[in-house]
Amino acid sequence: MITLAHFLSLGAVLFCIAVAGIFINRKNVIVLLMCLELLLLAVNTNFVAFSRYLGDPAGQVFVFFILTVAAAEAAIGLAILVVLFRNRSTIDVTSIDTLKG
Amino acid sequence: MMIPFNPADLIAIQPELVLLGATCAILLIDLFIKPTQRDITHWLSIATLALTAWFVWGGAPEAAQGVTAFNGMFLHDGISVVLKQFTLLTSGLSLFYARNYMRERSLLVGELYLLVLFATLGMMLLVSAGSLITVYLGLELLALSSYALVAMNRDSAASAEAAIKYFVLGALASGLLLYGMSMIYGATGTLDLAAITGKFGQVEHPGWLAFGLVFLVCGIAFKMGAAPFHMWLPDVYHGAPTAVTVFIGSAPKIAAFGLAYRLLEGGLGPLSGQWTLMLAILAVASLAVGNVLAIAQSNLKRMLAYSTISHVGFMLLGFVGGTAQGFTAAMFYIISYTMTATVAFGMIALLARKGFECEEIDDFKGLNQRSPWYAAMMGIAMFSLAGVPPLFGFFAKLLVLKAAIDAGFLWLAIVAIVFAIIGIYYYLRVVKVMYFDAAAEDSALPLPSDVALRWVISINGLALIVLGLAWGPLFDWCNRAFGI
Repeated sequence: MITLAHFLSLGAVLFCIAVAGIFINRKNVIVLLMCLELLLLAVNTNFVAFSRYLGDPAGQVFVFFILTVAAAEAAIGLAILVVLFRNRSTIDVTSIDTLKG
Repeated sequence: MMIPFNPADLIAIQPELVLLGATCAILLIDLFIKPTQRDITHWLSIATLALTAWFVWGGAPEAAQGVTAFNGMFLHDGISVVLKQFTLLTSGLSLFYARNYMRERSLLVGELYLLVLFATLGMMLLVSAGSLITVYLGLELLALSSYALVAMNRDSAASAEAAIKYFVLGALASGLLLYGMSMIYGATGTLDLAAITGKFGQVEHPGWLAFGLVFLVCGIAFKMGAAPFHMWLPDVYHGAPTAVTVFIGSAPKIAAFGLAYRLLEGGLGPLSGQWTLMLAILAVASLAVGNVLAIAQSNLKRMLAYSTISHVGFMLLGFVGGTAQGFTAAMFYIISYTMTATVAFGMIALLARKGFECEEIDDFKGLNQRSPWYAAMMGIAMFSLAGVPPLFGFFAKLLVLKAAIDAGFLWLAIVAIVFAIIGIYYYLRVVKVMYFDAAAEDSALPLPSDVALRWVISINGLALIVLGLAWGPLFDWCNRAFGI
């Protein structure tokens, strides 16, 4: 029997993987963007699980909004990535360090 | 379940509809005009903001009673009216300051105006949000427009770097905020902020609420730029084109106040015992980090970014009491800060020339010899940020300190005063450089001749003195918004 707790655990695990991916990742920016998507999907899992458990459709409506915004966010993120690559010819995370102080 | 449509709801969102319609019209008009006629877009955008402000003003009498529209999704109350008016005002001011700067760098494109207008729409939605969905949508409309604005200068490596940092950390903050929202939804079974407050008595799992609250506070702190979630702020202010820094450094701070107020007091008011303590810790961290690190900066935009962090800390002093008096003081503070920040950032944009950014503190050397008037305006802004009487910033500081002391946080008020005194050092350094240092040889650049810009920044600067001397009406207006 799969209960609400299982879904919440799944959401929490996905969330932690995403946050860890953002902070541990030293390789390239595309992985960062993938982690950000995973972060939102973890939240969606939570919302759907709660919505089903509470028998309230509002949570699932919120998920539609989050998915739409996530698509727009990915578009802007990739556009900024292209600008970054054109200026530096690299998308290495460790090279993004000229602004500091 | 069928929810009936109430036509009266459209009257409550009239200003937003006007802004949205006019923005779409400007989007189309801008496609058909020549690049040399960009002034048409400029004046249409300013007129749109003015028209929207007029509609907000027209809706103020009924807002005073506190109207909700769309089944509580949209709140039309006194607080939203005050916040919207100042959001529109500062957005308009930043468009004025942006024009010359962007034109000299061939960046004066229609996108600048459209993104600012869409961001303004997002902020207006955010400060009127009555449900977690509207909070999220308003916030994302603001954030997505801001990411694109920071990356406006496509040939600048610094801009691109600032934009990617802003994007990654901003999206992470949205994720944290959403995770907190999902927990609160799970605990209370509703997305409506007023209903969340109403369901506190019969919550099955109070642990989920506390868990959600922590994530919400982290997300809000990220968006505000409160330490220790401030890492993105100096880089973004520094890397963005100065004209964009004027915008993202001013109006979104008012929206961040709206975000914090709607979520924490509007939704989680019964948990105020917990979140006031978290905000007190954030306030101390922000005051310390902001004021101490600002001293080490040689770049004026970075220095003002750290100063922003410290001012966010000051604003949070108003929140620690969790009372209407405290929120009034915080709102007054954030209005005073944004009005002053527009002058300070606007002056950097105004003095910059093609190929010369004027963003180092040393670039202001001897400004008094070249233009006593501009030096005076910048001096007023610095004194107001430092909180020197009788300027606007002084009374704002006085009110938040009083709010913190009334709430029983005397130690916090003492910490704030100590850091404010440390902060005076780096503001006065700018004044000293302007008045007592000799101008560098190569800085004898011509000063701007744009008459409109000269008038607007002068009025903005003088307003800091006028509002400092006659702060009563504005404070009364803030008080009325909170029903005091």
